[in-house]
Amino acid sequence: MKACKTILAGASVLALSVSVNAAELEVTHWWTSGGEAAAVAEFAKAFDATGNKWIDGAIAGGGGTARPIMISRITGGDPMAATQFNHGQQARELVEAGLMQDLTEVAERDGWKDFIYPSNLLDSCILDGRIYCVPVNIHSPEWLWLSNAAYEKAGVPVPTNWDEFVASAPKLEAAGIIPLALGNQPWQSNLAFGALQTAIGGLDLWKKVNVEKDMEAAAGPEFAKVFEAAANARKLAEKSTVQDWNQATNLVITGQAGGQIMGDWAQGEFAVAGKVAGEDYTCLPGMGVNEYISTGGDAFYFPKLDDPEKTAAQLELASLMVSKQVQVAFNLKKGSLPIRGDIDLAAANDCMKKGLEILAGGNIIPAGDQVWSPDVVKQTEDLMVEFWKTDMSAEDAQKRWVEIHENDG
Amino acid sequence: MTTRGRPNRLFYNLSAKIAALPMMFTALVVFLGGTVWTVVYSFTNSKLLPRENFVGLDQYERLWSTSRWIISIENLMIYGVFSLIFSLVIGFSLAALLDQKIRYEDTFRTILLYPFALSFIVTGLVWQWILNPQFGIQGIVRGWGWESFTFDPLYNPDIVMFGLLIAGLWQGTGFIMCLMLAGLRGIDEDIWKAARVDGIPMWKTYLLIIIPMMRPVFITTLVIIAAGIVKLYDLVVAQTSGGPGNASEVPAKYVYDYMFQAQNLGQGFAASTMMLLTVLIVLIPWAYLEFGGKKHD
Repeated sequence: MKACKTILAGASVLALSVSVNAAELEVTHWWTSGGEAAAVAEFAKAFDATGNKWIDGAIAGGGGTARPIMISRITGGDPMAATQFNHGQQARELVEAGLMQDLTEVAERDGWKDFIYPSNLLDSCILDGRIYCVPVNIHSPEWLWLSNAAYEKAGVPVPTNWDEFVASAPKLEAAGIIPLALGNQPWQSNLAFGALQTAIGGLDLWKKVNVEKDMEAAAGPEFAKVFEAAANARKLAEKSTVQDWNQATNLVITGQAGGQIMGDWAQGEFAVAGKVAGEDYTCLPGMGVNEYISTGGDAFYFPKLDDPEKTAAQLELASLMVSKQVQVAFNLKKGSLPIRGDIDLAAANDCMKKGLEILAGGNIIPAGDQVWSPDVVKQTEDLMVEFWKTDMSAEDAQKRWVEIHENDG
Repeated sequence: MTTRGRPNRLFYNLSAKIAALPMMFTALVVFLGGTVWTVVYSFTNSKLLPRENFVGLDQYERLWSTSRWIISIENLMIYGVFSLIFSLVIGFSLAALLDQKIRYEDTFRTILLYPFALSFIVTGLVWQWILNPQFGIQGIVRGWGWESFTFDPLYNPDIVMFGLLIAGLWQGTGFIMCLMLAGLRGIDEDIWKAARVDGIPMWKTYLLIIIPMMRPVFITTLVIIAAGIVKLYDLVVAQTSGGPGNASEVPAKYVYDYMFQAQNLGQGFAASTMMLLTVLIVLIPWAYLEFGGKKHD
């Protein structure tokens, strides 16, 4: 046993001495679908080209499954070299506990502050003036996806905004089509409500409630309209019985449903099904009412490691992830928007271009994950799934929404 | 003779005691220690990382004013009551039928016990498909020509718990049957003969003589079923993931979601402490009946 250990130790010393400048970094993330894996491969390719080695640690099952594993590895003393989290507060306590690598020097050297756009992406990475994470992409949830075939069948023109969508619903129903596809999972109900907040309530109200956290506004009559709109929308989604978001998207792709409120990642499903934006389906950012997109997305964090070589490689990877070429390659595969405003995505499709235009116009709001703690987000999800799937009254839902958000510490 | 004295009781059968040490260590440190730690931290406002910032009963107040938790408890009660009754009735009936000295008893026993070899995840997925309105039972019956036939428990919030119950019973009753069968085999043959001589009908013999004699078996079975009910989690995750809406949420899922997804350890600990209390309410009367009662016999 002892001899065995000695040999192992010797081998690892040898391995270290061979790879003077090449460190192996294990990177964990939850990107496992076809397009996502291809996007990650772009990171890996670029990193391997620097002489280091990317060890892929994909965790299947989505963020809800992956994050507990990542967090327990970091807090349990077995940290990976880099890990994905969503923009916002998911890793905040880990940073506060001093478990994450400080990236400020690299950021200042490369001038992240000058090119990362919109700048609030970087704000979510900052704690006490130091930078602890690298934003890599933007995913916005406020999109309405419509099936052109379904509207043709019902004999009505494809809506151009949410109000027209609601008005056209009875005709769709008469044609045996579900007006609104909505999966059963809690986060999807919450996403739909979030999109209605920006569409019905408008930007000022959204900021007042979610950024300034003005709970009087949240309890007020303007915000009540959002709940009423959601109560109407849930009637349109009554016959939708699917679970996962991509099953709901599939209802739209096959023309069984008129539309779906889903993030821009849904266009990956349309693309895989061979559908063309504008011909087979229509996308309305900001639900066609208020063209704002929120800057949710993914960021990478680098847990502190003892090995100085690995630390150097971590910084190298951080710098690489925001570089121009890597940003272009990664985001084209991922279907997400880049985090810098100074690159050209000529190969982007129609829907992505719409997103880029809005982004360039500066019509952006922070994502829910950025302004609220995971605890509040989860409670809101629970409330929303109950609201969308039962006949809870709009007033009750609003009251409980305010109660949940008042208590955010 | 007397000079040697009796060997110290502590060292009696020493090797067996040493062999039991790891188990004792696990029980004391991991189970008991972990439990105490959880209960203590349920009084803190720990978020992602445990912190000793005590806030009294705040977490419990929040827990009991959360509608998802209340729904979870109600669901567990529905599932628990029906699961208990049906497991016992079906398990005992099957055992009684198998006990009639039928041919191929081994084969039947194997078939009935087989689902127990599957995990709840597999069970949940299998029944998700069977109960799927498009591909499952409803689809098949409609395919036969009965167009209006409706059977979609997993998509109807009012009866979704029964969809879970069907899967749970399918998986678990075989095991209950085996326990019951073992109990029935433990009954002396002479009792049956005596009952037959007295002309007591068979159902009456079962109900009034055999079942009271099987009390220990029933109590053990009860505890096994009850433990299975309280920890109900994987079946729900696999079959409905709590839906539609939150109609099939259960307490164990609440604990997991709040500890890990909401990054609120305090809330998760409070919920798991409430679950522990539920188990104790079941366990203490059982322990009293099993161990306390014997002294008087």
